[in-house]
Amino acid sequence: MTVKAMNSSEVTKKVFNKEKLFVFDVRNESDFADWKIEGEYFQYLNIPYFELLDGVEDILDQIPTDMDVLVVCAKEGSSVMVAEMLSEAGRDVAYLEGGMKSWSEHLEPVKVGDLKDGGELYQFVRIGKGCLSYMAISDGEAAIVDATRMTDIFLDFAASKNAEIKHVFDTHLHADHISGGRKIAEKTGAAYWLPPKDATEVTFEYNALEGGNDVTIGGTTINIHSLYSPGHTIGSTSFVVDEKYLLSGDILFIDSIGRPDLAGLAEDWVGDLRETLYKRYRELSDELVVLPAHFMIIDELNEDGSVGEKLGTLFAKNHGLNIQDENEFRKIVTENLPPQPNAYQEIRETNMGKANPDIEKQREMEIGPNRCAVR
Amino acid sequence: MESTKVLDAKGLACPMPIVKTKKAMNDLASGEVLEIHATDKGAKNDLAAWAKSGGHELVKHEEDGDVLKFWIKKA
Repeated sequence: MTVKAMNSSEVTKKVFNKEKLFVFDVRNESDFADWKIEGEYFQYLNIPYFELLDGVEDILDQIPTDMDVLVVCAKEGSSVMVAEMLSEAGRDVAYLEGGMKSWSEHLEPVKVGDLKDGGELYQFVRIGKGCLSYMAISDGEAAIVDATRMTDIFLDFAASKNAEIKHVFDTHLHADHISGGRKIAEKTGAAYWLPPKDATEVTFEYNALEGGNDVTIGGTTINIHSLYSPGHTIGSTSFVVDEKYLLSGDILFIDSIGRPDLAGLAEDWVGDLRETLYKRYRELSDELVVLPAHFMIIDELNEDGSVGEKLGTLFAKNHGLNIQDENEFRKIVTENLPPQPNAYQEIRETNMGKANPDIEKQREMEIGPNRCAVR
Repeated sequence: MESTKVLDAKGLACPMPIVKTKKAMNDLASGEVLEIHATDKGAKNDLAAWAKSGGHELVKHEEDGDVLKFWIKKA
């Protein structure tokens, strides 16, 4: 039997297409419990590779023969070893190319809609970590929102569309992942926009993104209107693109809302969060399609792999938008919060320009899910 | 810390630090201590979990620059 490599893009297709896959994760138990490859019809087995050094005979009966089997580890090496052992035992299995490290870095571009006059809006789904970035393209110009540090993917994608990147935005100072916004702006000469209230400690020049700013790309066709929407951070800003899409950053997700505690100021910001979700957003059209900066669970993906839902639908269905009692709301978003994202303080400092970790360190800091929401 | 044997696993990627540790442990008697030097960051959690599952005792762990050092007492 041969051992095949399966790459992150192929696994992503299986998630989007709701296919079956048997994920045999050979990382240690705590890493598996913390974070794994999620798919609606995926099945799992976790046995650390170091329990299998003497052979796989004892666990063969736990590996199915009627579906694809993918052996997964942190960086590939151990999964190749285990896959080869299974192969020698007569099983047809694959290993995940690059391991969870590659899974964390994979971005899948999905078109979310057409804009006026031939423009297009793309969502970049970071399937392993649940981060969502956006690129609006119109008439040879592009704007990017909440880019991840895998900047080549955005640069190559814009080039493939013959579009010049003119504006790069971050909706807020991120705490779960390292922004690629500044790097993209440096490489392309684009303007880099950041909300000044989140940028009081940054060490670099930026354009101050304030509520009411309007930016156009492609002549005057596509309008990107910024809307001050504090709560997850004090500077958090949303965008209304082409009067049709609401890029909500980390304020509002499909099945959850932003948590206010990642800068240590939950008590101060809970009122802002309430005001944004229960007043500012309610003044917007129900027909806007909400496009958040994260998803938490695989159920939030639409049929085509995109993540988005009409604002009106979220007002009806999202629990976080339906807590009438202010004190109850305060309790839910400040007490018993889930664990914070991995290395979130170091990530914030990196995004401020105060820390400059090397690429290996950056990868390690970003391991795990985003954890920016509260349900 | 007194060690019976030192295993140099620097520069080796997962799974090799543990594969070599397991082999080296086979040559030790119960109660003897193996000292391991590794640079793969994943070795930290994995060695601790491996030692625990085999009943060995992770006596000490140190970081010396980029080098992770472990002392494991054989069960």
